[in-house]
Amino acid sequence: MTLLDQFQKTLLASGLPDWAAYLVPALMGVILIVAVSLTLVIIFIWWERRLLGRFQLRLGPNRCGPEGILQPVATGLKLLLKEDIVPAKADKILHFLAPIVVFVPVLMIFAVVPVSDGAILANLNVGIIYVVAISSISTIGIFMAAWGSSNKFALISGMRTVAQMVSYELPVVLSLVGVVLVAGSFSMLSIVQSQSIPFILVMPLGCVIFFLGCLAEMNRSPFDLLEADSEIVAGYHTEYSGMKFAMFFMGEYGVALAYSTVITTLFLGGWSGPLLPPVIWFLIKVVLVFSFTVWMRATLPRLRVDQLMAFAWKGLLPMAVINLIIIAIEVLVVPASMLWVMVILNFAFAAALVLLWSRLFTLGGGRVEV
Amino acid sequence: MTVITSGEELGKKIAEAIPGSVVSSDKTSVMLESKSLAQVAEFLKNTPGLDFNYLNFATAVDYIDYFELVYRVLSMEHNHSLILKTRLYDRENPAVPSLVAIWRSAYFQEREMFDMFGIKFEGHPDLRRLLTWEGFQGYPLRRDYL
Amino acid sequence: MPIKTEPFYLNLGPQHPSTHGVFRLRVQLDGEVIVDVEPIIGYLHRGIEKLAETRTYTQVIPLTDRLDYVASMTNNLAYCLAVEKLAGIKVPERAEYLRIIFSELMRLANHFLAIGAFLNDCGALATPLIYMWREREKIVDLCEMTCGQRLLFNYMRVGGMSQDVPVEFMPALKKFVAEMPKFIGEYEQLIKQNEIFLARTKGVGILPREMAIDIGASGPVLRASGVNWDIRKKDPYSIYDRFDFEVPTGDVGDCYDRFWVRMREMRQSVRILEQAIGQIPAKGTVWADVPQFFRPPAGEAYGHIEAPKGNLGFYVVGDGSIAPYRVHIFPPSLMNVTALRDMAIGWKVADLIIIFGSIDVVLGEIDR
Repeated sequence: MTLLDQFQKTLLASGLPDWAAYLVPALMGVILIVAVSLTLVIIFIWWERRLLGRFQLRLGPNRCGPEGILQPVATGLKLLLKEDIVPAKADKILHFLAPIVVFVPVLMIFAVVPVSDGAILANLNVGIIYVVAISSISTIGIFMAAWGSSNKFALISGMRTVAQMVSYELPVVLSLVGVVLVAGSFSMLSIVQSQSIPFILVMPLGCVIFFLGCLAEMNRSPFDLLEADSEIVAGYHTEYSGMKFAMFFMGEYGVALAYSTVITTLFLGGWSGPLLPPVIWFLIKVVLVFSFTVWMRATLPRLRVDQLMAFAWKGLLPMAVINLIIIAIEVLVVPASMLWVMVILNFAFAAALVLLWSRLFTLGGGRVEV
Repeated sequence: MTVITSGEELGKKIAEAIPGSVVSSDKTSVMLESKSLAQVAEFLKNTPGLDFNYLNFATAVDYIDYFELVYRVLSMEHNHSLILKTRLYDRENPAVPSLVAIWRSAYFQEREMFDMFGIKFEGHPDLRRLLTWEGFQGYPLRRDYL
Repeated sequence: MPIKTEPFYLNLGPQHPSTHGVFRLRVQLDGEVIVDVEPIIGYLHRGIEKLAETRTYTQVIPLTDRLDYVASMTNNLAYCLAVEKLAGIKVPERAEYLRIIFSELMRLANHFLAIGAFLNDCGALATPLIYMWREREKIVDLCEMTCGQRLLFNYMRVGGMSQDVPVEFMPALKKFVAEMPKFIGEYEQLIKQNEIFLARTKGVGILPREMAIDIGASGPVLRASGVNWDIRKKDPYSIYDRFDFEVPTGDVGDCYDRFWVRMREMRQSVRILEQAIGQIPAKGTVWADVPQFFRPPAGEAYGHIEAPKGNLGFYVVGDGSIAPYRVHIFPPSLMNVTALRDMAIGWKVADLIIIFGSIDVVLGEIDR
């Protein structure tokens, strides 16, 4: 029973017509989710820039508002006022639609993320599958942008996008299956409720694989090949300006935020935590996950495209499969009340697997004879 | 310390190996006949004891009556250097054999000389203007270019 | 039926984030694999060699600043050495030491920027670049203290230096030199063992030893290919024969070796600076009283130095007047990019960027 369901019940009891009682809570929920997630995205843009500044011996934006928190707003306003340039040879329709196709699915992910017990827009019984399905849509949007802007840098970026997204979808989904097996449900609410021990401890390897896969799917360093600015200028959004660029920008950070919330929900125990209210716990965990990605961005060089592929297919995918098999056996053998046995076993397995792979696997790829 | 090879001694050697190639020689440099430049370069590079394997710089100077091409070659093994010179008296259509096949470092420098002085290097794989653009008129480093 | 394919041409530059200025690369691609590369240069051509013919010997010095603007004092030195050889001028002892100090400071400044920009090309966002910039800033501050400039110093003169260093310079330099080894260690820690960095640079863009000599490469690019050739050792100019230092070399000649040679060269520069601080005479003139319009005899002279990027040479021809008849600049960067095509073919676009970054070129020098 989610909060919105309860609200709907109260409305029905107060004598509103059925359609209104159905519509009002739904609309309110949608507006709430959109407003809160967009605000959070803006705050996270500020947070990333400040944090990145700290990593790089500088201050970061600190002029607009207290501690520069209004800087993203100023950036957004500036982008709104910019001229919207469409290249003469661009495919006008694709060029126009692409930012929307990238941006909207990001907002849709937030619909199934529980921020506290019952505070969820749609408690789908296939929550995880919904997240996986929705997040793949933005690939099409990025490829539309790349193809539609008729730019060579964008085209290279588009080719990289498809290869990268498709490759990293597999390890991500396979590591998700482990979560589903232990939790016994696809629903996000029941996954959080079943985490008496956070799943990051129960399946450390699955968590790492999922995190790395997510980094690749949200195009963040060291997997930011789509917009590798030292190689292909700005990748798929080279030809975008003004509001369309702002939508890509927001979409990019929105994805980062969305995946941070998903990781929090699936592996870090969601809203659960002592003393503080659940929403605060949820936000703390999300900020931690997001800050971790910023840390990686500030430290690591970028992978090359063939190394990226090798990492997905030779590194993450086999590990995810082995991890899944181990967890499946454990779920069969270990009784549900003795989750700590799985913790110990899985840490041992994870250490063994990572050691093994560090011996077997190199970020290969070399010169091609032409 | 890089030994500056005596041009007089080396000039004799070159003249023995390739008759008619040396015009004159002094302490530091050897003045060559422009036709035999490539032959001499090959001799300098491949003769044991000389082993001039590194072309340091190549440039031209416009003395109005003639162009003087200056090459400084170096041997990393023996650490000795030599300055080769040659003069081109034809102002309209100066041409000289290219040294790219012998020392690849001449590649860009010969293109630059072609660009700046209009000297044609016969046998250069890709003789185009280097620093100025394709449709540029004139040769900027000639003394009569203002 | 064969699939119809057509070549994919990509113009990297002249406006591109990692072409280090206005370099243009016309790249032919097969997917992401490089089939052909053609460097197109000349976008920054200012005709310095022609301009030099119309100026007096002293007035050419500010022009040389504009060659390698990352380490501009080394250009002054090379030009002054050539003119001093032509005119037979002896430089005072203290000025010689100041020249050494500043050319080693410039080497540090250049290598900081080279390594920082190289890591930036590898995709390490801006973190290493800004860390490098922190130390480079101190060098620039030292130069500003001395000659009031931060980029184009115009500090050396034919026959010495334009002025002596201020009293606060030496303590500041000592402090800088004392701190330096710690910082270099910090940078090594920052990136040297990063798995991704190693995967990106090891074995990439190999320049074989023979080819390096054949194309006339010099500086760290030549030494990374395993050739022990440093003009400071092999043909000591100024007073480099008085200092004890080593010449680091690589063995393979890949991007990692070029990076690592630069890293070790910085330590040697610090060693030279330490010795120079100990040996420099406390007092004395820094300029051999050369008249403002001096007339070197007709003739020619070649002065060359080991600039941070390689062998920088000036070929000066005098005709007995107050202006040089011809000044030819031999830039190391131009030679070093000759083999870019051979190094890049078969690698990916991303590799081309780091290969180019590891060569460390400055377009002011290539285009003149």
